[in-house]
Amino acid sequence: MTDTPSATCTLSATGPDGSRDAVFAGAWRTDAPAPSKPDPAAPDILAGCRRLRLKDGGISAWDTSLVVYLRQLAAVARAAGVELDDTAMPEGVRRLLRLADAVPERKGARREEARVSWLARVGQRAQRGGADFVSSVRFIGELAQAFGAMLRGKARYRKSDLLAVMQECGPGALPIISLISVLVGMILAFLGSVQLKMFGAEVFIANAVAVGMVREMGALMTGIIMAGRTGAAFAARLGTMQVNEEVDALQTLGFSPMEFLVLPRALALILMMPLLALYANVLGILGGALIGILMLDLTPAQYYQQTLGSINLQAIASGLIKASVFGVLVAMSGCLQGIRCGRSASAVGEATTAAVVNAIVYIVVADSIISIVYVMTGF
Amino acid sequence: MNEAHVSVENLTMAYGDFLIQKDLTFTINRGDIFIIMGGSGCGKSTLLRHLVGLKPPARGTVRYNGVSFWDASEPERAKLMQKIGILYQSGALWSSMTLAENIAIPLEAYTTLSPADIREVIALKLALVGLSGFEDYYPSEISGGMRKRAGLARAMALDPDILFFDEPSAGLDPVSAKLLDDLILELRDSLGATVVVVTHELASIFAIGNNSVFLDPETKTMIAQGDPNHLLSSCNDPKVQKFLRRGVEAGA
Repeated sequence: MTDTPSATCTLSATGPDGSRDAVFAGAWRTDAPAPSKPDPAAPDILAGCRRLRLKDGGISAWDTSLVVYLRQLAAVARAAGVELDDTAMPEGVRRLLRLADAVPERKGARREEARVSWLARVGQRAQRGGADFVSSVRFIGELAQAFGAMLRGKARYRKSDLLAVMQECGPGALPIISLISVLVGMILAFLGSVQLKMFGAEVFIANAVAVGMVREMGALMTGIIMAGRTGAAFAARLGTMQVNEEVDALQTLGFSPMEFLVLPRALALILMMPLLALYANVLGILGGALIGILMLDLTPAQYYQQTLGSINLQAIASGLIKASVFGVLVAMSGCLQGIRCGRSASAVGEATTAAVVNAIVYIVVADSIISIVYVMTGF
Repeated sequence: MNEAHVSVENLTMAYGDFLIQKDLTFTINRGDIFIIMGGSGCGKSTLLRHLVGLKPPARGTVRYNGVSFWDASEPERAKLMQKIGILYQSGALWSSMTLAENIAIPLEAYTTLSPADIREVIALKLALVGLSGFEDYYPSEISGGMRKRAGLARAMALDPDILFFDEPSAGLDPVSAKLLDDLILELRDSLGATVVVVTHELASIFAIGNNSVFLDPETKTMIAQGDPNHLLSSCNDPKVQKFLRRGVEAGA
C-alpha cells in the first residue's frame, strides 16, 4: 500500500473560455488514505466557470470513493449551471455515473425527519394501548368461541397436533420442573428450620413444606417455568408462522387459526398444568424431606406422618385450580402475542418477550386474587 | 483476459452421508458471467454455499486467485470473504434496519470512511440499483423486487471482486427480471467484477451467461460446462438439450 501514489484532485484556474480542469491522479480507493481534493461543499468552488472538464492525470486504481466524489462534483456543477465533461474519465466510471442517474429519485419517496411532539407520542401510545386492549378482548372472545365449538365437536384442528403439543409441554418439561421443585422444597425447609428451631418444633418443618408447596409454590413455580418455556415457544412458533404467511394459508383454506393453532395449545396447557403442578408438589415435599431427614434428624416415618396430617384433598385441589388458571394465562399470552406478531424477525423477538413478561405478570396478579378469594371463602 | 478467478477442483458436497454432488471441477475466469444451472434440487444453491464459504466441502478445494479457501487461516479467509458480494434469494435484508443501515453495516465494519462519506456511498449504491431516496425505508415497506435490488446494493457495498446471485429473477415479473439482468451486465462491465449466477431462468441464462456448469441430480455430478449458447448448439447430452429447450426434445 505504501508504493501506491495517494489520490489527488487538482482544480486548474479558469481558462479564457470559462472552462476549468479537474485533474485526478493516484489510487482512489476506500481503503487508501483519504484523497486530497477540493471540498465540494465549499462555496464558490466553481465561481466564474462555465465548463468543468474532468481529466485523468494518472488514476492508478479507482472504486466507489472516486464515483462518490464525482457525483458530489456533478451535483455542485448542476446547481451552479456548469457544464460537466467526463469524456476523459475511465470508461467504467462513466458507465457507473450514468447508471446511478438512470433512475431519477421518485418524487415523495424520501422521508422527512418527522418531529413528533411529546404530547403526540403519549397520545399515540394511549391509542395503541386501547387498540391492544380491544384486540385482547376479541382474542379472549374468539378463544371462548373456539372452546365452545370444540365442546360441540365442531372445532377443526388436528388431534395429532394436540398430542404433540401435550408431549412437548408436559413430559418435555419434567426435567426442569423436577430440578426447580426439589430446590424450592429445600429452600422452604431451610427457611422454616431457622424459625422453628428456636421453639424446638423442627418436626413442623414437614407441615411448612407441604402446605407451602401444595397451596402455593407448586403451582406458582410451574406457572413461571411454563411461561418461560412453553409460552415463549408458542409466541415464537405462531409468530414465525405469521411471518411465513402460514397463518394466511390456513385462513384462505377456511381453517380458523383460532381453532387450528390456538385451541390445541391452550387445551394442552390447561390439561398438563395441573399434572405438572401435582408432580412439582410431590418433588417439593421430597426436597423438604431431604433437608428434614438429613439435617434436622427427623425420621422418614415422622416426616411422612406430619406431611399427611398437614394437607388434605381440599388443599391439593386449591393448588391445582390455581395451576389450571395459570395454564390458561400462559397459553393465552403466548398465543395472543404470536397471532398478533408483525412480519419481521424483530417482531418475533418482541412477541416472545411480551408473551413471557405478560404471562408472568398475569400469573402473579391472578395468584394474588385467587389467594384473597380463598381466604374470604375459607377454601 | 482469461485469468482464473475461482477454481474448483474435485469438489464433493454432502450433508452428512447424503451425497449432493461429486467430482465438480471447473474454473470461473475474471470478468465471466458464470451460470450454475440444473433442475430443481440438483444442488445449485448448495454449490453456491460452498463457493461463498458458508459450508465446507466434504472433499476437494475451492481456490480464489490460487488461494485455497478452506486451507487458508481464519484472518485470510475473512479477507477473502470481504471481496465477495452475495445477493440472497429474497434479499436477506436485516428486517429491523432501514436500507441505509443495512448497507452501512459492512462499510462501518470494514472501512475507515467517516459517517458523512458512508452516507454518500450509500446514496451512490442505492442510486446504482435505482432506489435513490429510499434510504430510510424498512425492508418490510418496499416490494419484493425492490428488496432484491436493495440486497444487491448491500452486496456491492464493499466493491467486491466477485458477485454471487442466488436465483436473481425468482419472484420478479419479466420486465423487472430483464432490468436486473441488464443491471448485472452493466455492473460487470463497469466494475470489472466477476459474476456467478445460480438460476434456471432460460432467458437470463442465454442473455447474460458466457460460461456455465450444468449439474445433474441423477448422476450427482456435472455433465456439461461452457458458454450456454454454445451448449445449446453443440452439446450432445439429451438432459442438457432438454433443459435448454424447455423440455422439448432436440430435433423435435
